[in-house]
Amino acid sequence: MTDPRIAGAGVTKFGKHPERTGRDLFAEAGLEALDQSGVDPDDVDALYYGNFMGELAEHQGHQGPLMAEAIGVDAPATRLEAACASAGAAVREAVKTLRNGEAEVVVVGGAERMTNIGTAAATDALAIAADDLYEIRAGMTFPGAYALMARVYFEEFGGSHEDLAHVAVKNHEHAVVNDHAQIQKEITLEDALEAPTIASPLGLYDSCPITDGAAAAVLTTEEYADEHDLDAPVAISGTGQGSDNLALQDRPHLARTPAADKATDEAYSDAGIGPDDVDVAEVHDCFTIAEVLAIESLGLYEPGEGIHAAADGETTRHGEMPVNLSGGLKAKGHPVGATGVAQLATIAWVLDGTHPRADAVPDGTVGVAHNAGGTVASTTVHVLEVQE
Amino acid sequence: MTDPTRNGEFDDWLDSLSDGDGYYVECDEGHGWLPPRRVCPDCGSRELADVSLPDTGEIATHTTITVPTPQFENDAPYVTAIADFGPVSITGLVRGADPEDVAIGDVVGIGVGERETTGERAVVFRPR
Repeated sequence: MTDPRIAGAGVTKFGKHPERTGRDLFAEAGLEALDQSGVDPDDVDALYYGNFMGELAEHQGHQGPLMAEAIGVDAPATRLEAACASAGAAVREAVKTLRNGEAEVVVVGGAERMTNIGTAAATDALAIAADDLYEIRAGMTFPGAYALMARVYFEEFGGSHEDLAHVAVKNHEHAVVNDHAQIQKEITLEDALEAPTIASPLGLYDSCPITDGAAAAVLTTEEYADEHDLDAPVAISGTGQGSDNLALQDRPHLARTPAADKATDEAYSDAGIGPDDVDVAEVHDCFTIAEVLAIESLGLYEPGEGIHAAADGETTRHGEMPVNLSGGLKAKGHPVGATGVAQLATIAWVLDGTHPRADAVPDGTVGVAHNAGGTVASTTVHVLEVQE
Repeated sequence: MTDPTRNGEFDDWLDSLSDGDGYYVECDEGHGWLPPRRVCPDCGSRELADVSLPDTGEIATHTTITVPTPQFENDAPYVTAIADFGPVSITGLVRGADPEDVAIGDVVGIGVGERETTGERAVVFRPR
C-alpha cells in the first residue's frame, strides 16, 4: 500500500478579506499548490474540498465543482463538511482514494469566507456545529462550549486561566515569522490575562480570530511521484478519524476528547508509530483549552498533564515537543474549512525544512496534524513522515 | 401569522417540563437520553422507555457568556450550564442567581423560560 506523497501545497494569507470570494481564495491556494507540485492539472483525478458555512456566509452550496473550475481542474469534485474538521476529512478521503488505486493525483483543500458577515453572524454560523435543539437554544456559543470544558478540566485536574494564557503567548510568538498568519504580533501574559472575557473563564486571547482564507495540497502516489521525478519527500503515512456524541451534555467526560483518542490510535497504528516518535505537531487550538486536550489525546501528555506544557516551555519552539509552530489557529487564524489542509502544509514545510520555524526541529522526520470539528465530535489525525 | 414549526418530540419534551412533568428516555441497560431517540447510542438497544426526570439536578459546569449569537443579544450576559439529572445531563440557562455565585455542585430545578431577545422557549435552571 502506497503512502501518498505531498507534491505541493499552497496557503493564502489568512486574515480579513471580506471582499474576496471563496472561489478566489481557493484559486490562489490551489494554483500555488499545483504550480509548486509540477503536476499537470490534466492529471488530477479528484478534488476533495472542505468548507463549513458556505451557505450562510456566501449563499453558496455545491462548492466542489465550483472550486475545481476555479483551479482549472476537470475531475470529480466533492465537498466534505465536518465542521472545523472539514479539510481534515477531505485529506482522509484523498488518502484513501490514492491508496485504493482509484487515483494517482488528488487535489485536497478547503476555504472559508467568514469576515464578510460580521462577528455576530459568524458566531451564529459557527454555533450550528453544536446541537441546535439542546445546545444552541440554551445559549451555547463555541467559546461557551469550550469554556464549559475548561471549567471541568480545572475542577478535575487543576490548572488555571494563567496556564491557558501561556498557550496563547506561545502561539502568537510562533506566528511572528509566518507570513501566512493573520496575527503576526507577540502578546504578553498580562495581555492575555487582562483581555475581556468572552465566555468565562475564557477571554478574548483564549480564542482564535474569525478568518478568511484557503489552503490546498497536491497529493500523489509514490509511483506517480517517482515516474514524474517530483520533489515530494514527505508522505502521509497514517490517517485516523473518530466521532463522539454531538452534544456535550451526552458525553460522560467533558475534559477528555475520545474522538481524538480514536483518531490518534488509528493514525498511529496505520503509520506504525507511537507518540514517542513524534517530533512536531500542529493541533486544533481554536481555544487555548483545545490545545491542551489535543496534546493529551495525541498521547504527547497524560490526561491532566498537558495544561502545564506551554507554561513549562515544552511545547514552545525551543522545547522538546514544539506544538503549533505556525502560530496555530490562535494566531495563524482559522478559516474553518481550510484549517486541516493548512496544518498539513505546515507540517510538510517544517519536515522539508522550508517553513520559517523549521529550525525548531532540524532533524525532525515525523509530524502529526490534529483537526477537530465542533466540540471535538469529529476529529482527524494524520501522520506525516519524511521518506528519504 | 402561522405558528412556528414545532420540532417534534423536542417541543413535546419542553411542554412536559412546563407542566412539571419532565422525563427522559432510558434503554434496558439504564443509559439515559433526551428525546427524540429511537436507539441508545451506547448499547444499540431499541427498547427505550420514558422515565420521570428527577426534580433537581446538580450543576456540572457553567459559563457566563458575554459575546452571544444574535438570538441572545439582549440576554447577555447570561449563564449557560450543564446540569446532571441522574442518568441524563441537560444544558440550560441559569436564572435567579448572580452569575458570580453560580458554582459546580449547585442544586437546581428545571423548567422552561423565554429568551429575552426572541421570546422563544429555553430550558431554564433555578437554584433550589
